[in-house]
This record gives sequence, C-alpha cells and structure tokens, in this order.
Amino acid sequence: MTAKIKYFISGFVFGIILIKAEVVSWFRIQEMFHFQSFHMYGVIMSAIAVGMLSIFIIKKLKIKTINGEPIVIEPKPSDKGNSIGGLIFGFGWALTGACPGPIYALFGSGVLVMIVTLLSAIMGTYVYGVLSKKLPH
Amino acid sequence: MNLLTQPWPWYISGPLIGLMIPTLLILGNKSFGISSSLRHICAAVLPGKIGYFDYNWKKEAWKLIFVLGVITGGFVAGKVFENPNPIQLSANTISDLNTYGITDFSGLHPQQLFNFQSLLTLKGFVLIVVGGFCVGFGTRYAGGCTSGHSIMGISNLQIPSIISTCCFFAGGLIMTWLILPYILKL
Repeated sequence: MTAKIKYFISGFVFGIILIKAEVVSWFRIQEMFHFQSFHMYGVIMSAIAVGMLSIFIIKKLKIKTINGEPIVIEPKPSDKGNSIGGLIFGFGWALTGACPGPIYALFGSGVLVMIVTLLSAIMGTYVYGVLSKKLPH
Repeated sequence: MNLLTQPWPWYISGPLIGLMIPTLLILGNKSFGISSSLRHICAAVLPGKIGYFDYNWKKEAWKLIFVLGVITGGFVAGKVFENPNPIQLSANTISDLNTYGITDFSGLHPQQLFNFQSLLTLKGFVLIVVGGFCVGFGTRYAGGCTSGHSIMGISNLQIPSIISTCCFFAGGLIMTWLILPYILKL
C-alpha cells in the first residue's frame, strides 16, 4: 500500500491543478467552443508542449523509473473508435462541461451532482463494454 | 493565501499538467490517462463475464488510487481554498449565456443547470445523465480522453490520439453550436 501512496499524491496534485486552472468549468468549456478566450487552448497546448519535451528527453537520455526499469510507453490502438467514439465523447464534453478527470475533481470540489454524471459515465462504459464486439472498430 | 485561492493562468497550469506525464512515467512506468479508471470500476464492481471487463483490474488499481487523489485534490482546491470571486469569463461568453437565462456565474460550474433538482427536468437530465453517458461510452470507444489522448498520446506523437482529439473538438463544436442551444431552451 505504501508503494501506492505516490499515485494518490500525484492524483491529489493533478486535482488541485485541474481546479485552479478552471479547466473543469462548464463556463470555460463553453468559452472554448465559442472561441471566445485563449485560456483553454493555452492550457492544452502548453501541457502538450511540456509533455512532448519530457517524453523526448526521457527517450533521448534513456531515463529509467525510480525502480531502475526502462520506461516503456504503450502505443495507442488505432481504429474507427478514435473518430466515432471521439465525436460521442465531444458531445458529452460540451454537455457536461467535463471530461473524466474533471468529473472526479468537480465532485470533490463540492459539485455533488457530478456523482450522477460519474455513474452515467460508468454506465456508458459498461454499455460500450457489452456492445464493443458489435461496434465498428 | 491569495496564491492558493486565486485561479492560475494557463502558462502556469498547462505546463504543470504536462509535468504529470514524466512524473507518472518515472514513478512507476505509468501512462497518464483518466478514462480507463471507468473501465476498471466496471471490471471491479459490475457482475457478469464480459470480455471487455474480464481482466485482472487489481493490476491497474493504481489508477483508482490516482482518481481518489484527484477527488481529494478537488476538495482542497475547490472547497478549502475556494476562489471567492466569480470566474473571469470573456464578456461575450457571459452575454451569450445570459440569452439562455444563465445569470449565476459564481462557482466553477453553473449551479442553475447542475443540481439534484434539475435532474428531474429534461434539460438537467440531458446535461447531467446523457452527457455523462456520452463521456463514458465515447472515451472508451475512442480508447482515451483529453488526458490519455490529447495530452499523453499527442505528446508521444500517436496518430490515433491526434485523430481522436480532432474528433473530441468536432463533437464539442457540433454539440455547442447546433444542439446545445435547443437543449438550453428546454
């Protein structure tokens, strides 16, 4: 269990950033999809820039984990789900104003009704799991 | 104290989000992403032998601990160090939302739309329940969300992540411009 505390702390820090960045806000998501502010684009693009540079450095210098293992990143599966599922998630993002991380952070911040959004998302995941073999991939 | 309650600008918060990637890789060879937590919750609690949920979720338990951390971080940042001021939105967004009767800009999420009473209205049900369903179904079908695809996947130069992110935005734009106006008028 003590080995897992590092993930709790990482999640804790991530939750704080999500709230303080206001990327969890339905208002900010509306502002983004109406192209009325640079804020969300700035957050996403600077996060990607730092992430990209970090992965580049990790690969270039062959940095290892704290346990000395080589770092491996699984490639993302490529199929029709990327576009069809992506569109469906986009609908949900604009409706709820939240992607999965923000649903958790908003619930913690006191928007308690987000528990219903979380349960609905779990239901959506379950239905996807049941239908996955029949859906185009 | 002010630093803790006031919101952070994009050039602080964005790079900090990006740093989650090397943090998780170096701490335990973990790829940053959130939506798979939904799958692990299903695998852990929902009954029945369904292929998609038939795997050893306990090996992925770190992600459930991570999201518990996100909830706790949300509490500390949003409740304990709550921003006392209304969100600083663009004036255009405020006037656009005013036309749909949204006038309360206190808090991060519109309290007029997202509350337990509104669940009993068609508008609230669509925003909270149908929206949540689309988030779960869509992210799992796409194989990731804004964290796993848009931040982690694109940072790792994954083509499927670029396609997914374009579709996240396309879906969001279609909903915002073509469908949401009718939902907000309900």
